[in-house]
Amino acid sequence: MVGLAAAGRIPKSVSLFRQAIFGPLPTVSLLILFALIGIALSAGWIAPHSPVEGSLRLTMLPPVWMEGGNSDYLLGTDKFGRDVLSRLIYGARVSTSAAFLAIFVTAVFGTLIGLLAGYLGGRVDTVLMRLADIGLSMPGILIALILAVVLGPSFKNVVLIVLIVLWPHFARQVRGETLGVKEQDFVILARSMGVSSWTIMWRHIFPNVMPSLLVLATLDVGYVVILEATLAFLGVGIPPPNPSWGVMIAEGREYLETAWWISVFPGVAIGLTVFALNMTGDWVRDKLDPKLRQI
Amino acid sequence: MQRYILGRVVQAVITIWFVSVIVFALARLTGNPLDVILPVEATKEQYEAMAAKLGLDKPLPVQYGIFFMNAVQGDLGESLRFHRPALEVVLGRLPATLELGVLAFLVSLAIAIPVGVYAARHRGTSLDGVARGVAILGQSVPHFWTGIILILIFAVWLRLLPASGKGGIQHFILPAVTLGSVMAAGIMRLTRSAMLDVLGSEYIKLARAKGVRESIVLWKHAFKNAALPVLTFSAVMFVRILTGSIVTETVFAWPGIGRLVVEAVSYRDFPVIQTVVMLMSAMYIAGNLTTDILYAYVNPKIRYRK
Repeated sequence: MVGLAAAGRIPKSVSLFRQAIFGPLPTVSLLILFALIGIALSAGWIAPHSPVEGSLRLTMLPPVWMEGGNSDYLLGTDKFGRDVLSRLIYGARVSTSAAFLAIFVTAVFGTLIGLLAGYLGGRVDTVLMRLADIGLSMPGILIALILAVVLGPSFKNVVLIVLIVLWPHFARQVRGETLGVKEQDFVILARSMGVSSWTIMWRHIFPNVMPSLLVLATLDVGYVVILEATLAFLGVGIPPPNPSWGVMIAEGREYLETAWWISVFPGVAIGLTVFALNMTGDWVRDKLDPKLRQI
Repeated sequence: MQRYILGRVVQAVITIWFVSVIVFALARLTGNPLDVILPVEATKEQYEAMAAKLGLDKPLPVQYGIFFMNAVQGDLGESLRFHRPALEVVLGRLPATLELGVLAFLVSLAIAIPVGVYAARHRGTSLDGVARGVAILGQSVPHFWTGIILILIFAVWLRLLPASGKGGIQHFILPAVTLGSVMAAGIMRLTRSAMLDVLGSEYIKLARAKGVRESIVLWKHAFKNAALPVLTFSAVMFVRILTGSIVTETVFAWPGIGRLVVEAVSYRDFPVIQTVVMLMSAMYIAGNLTTDILYAYVNPKIRYRK
């Protein structure tokens, strides 16, 4: 097969496809992501213990390969005797669902604003883009902190914080592309036939901005995973006893001397997830639209 | 050029004003300030007297006007936790944050620039790959976790450095490296790509053809020009270090404004939160503005747009 591609008998697009699927790094990253989603979906079946109930007789057990480890608790237990592995598995569910939901909501809102600003132009455009500029020039983590104080820590508010911090990214990207698309013949034709603005935006412009939207969303998910963990670490994210990875790191901080595994493993989980998301994001960007290498 | 700068300054001022509106609105959303100030057994008359004194009986826009005028004069209310003016509390903690920030900035430059130059010089080798891989990994973990791992290795296992607090020079090392790592990956990638651009140019080839020593070509001829984008970017980097200090100071119990604001969140000490948000936003916006102006200065394409 490799010989065929090298001899040029397979069209270039096919060999690119092969490379994309079988090339070394995206494969690893995609495997990590699929494993993560699989774990998140099947947490209830594969977790050996409950993520929130522990046994007080078995607190701070070390991982199985260390002296005193228990083979029932592969990665050890925390101060309440909860199984670290089970909490990591449920944490995958909490972190990925928060990140994906937040990015989805943000992308929908940002796209809507971007389409309106780009297509309608004029004063609407000026006002919306000034708002986006202001949003981009405010420190996100501080706005998140202040919102968390006002609204209280909850899953819903984490999504809201991401929406407030990241919508300008999407709005600006979509607006820029809309400006280009709306000057094209098929849009001008549709307009001259009396198609309504909503229909033009939804049926004619939106499909054309979709690829770059996808790229931006993939690249931003990794950032959201870290933001969610940071908020949880600071005590203003998804509240305990939910096994969010950030909460786990924060809880283990006091026990570094005696039980380092409580903090270390969730950090590894975050690192692997974000690394896989970033690599996949770069790869999607290069494959889908080489023009976008700047973002 | 002047028009461009003027436009950016106006926009920065509007943004700061907008932050003040948000801070005010959120302060009112958190509940009636009188409930915090007055004891539970206060009578209705005491309530009304206090409301009149603080101007809380007036319509909201008027209240905002009062808040704004006070804020401009540096009066952002009294800390509910320390019972001192909030601005005084925050300014007292600011030097610790700035010291750490400057040191972290130097650390990130000291790590990132040599590695970036070296990676560009040896482009495509395995060392280049390792440098880039480490940079990507560094950007994939939350830096509070980096800090915790450093504490685990150097304070808990090796017992070389203190884990928290502020004291001698050894207290600076772990927080400065943690905070510096926030930006090191970005600076390294920027340096690498700037050096790659420069190393491909004719005058470098000429210098090499003349037989100039490689280290002089790299640092004197090439880096001098490659440093420009890195310098332009440095204001933005300082700003990121500033916001990164919120997390780093929490990890290392560092007595700066980052830790102050996180503590204020758990005490619900709203005047202090407001003050830190206003101050940090102002610095953040000023940093971004500086970058934009520096950038326009070196890049005529931006300067003459519009």
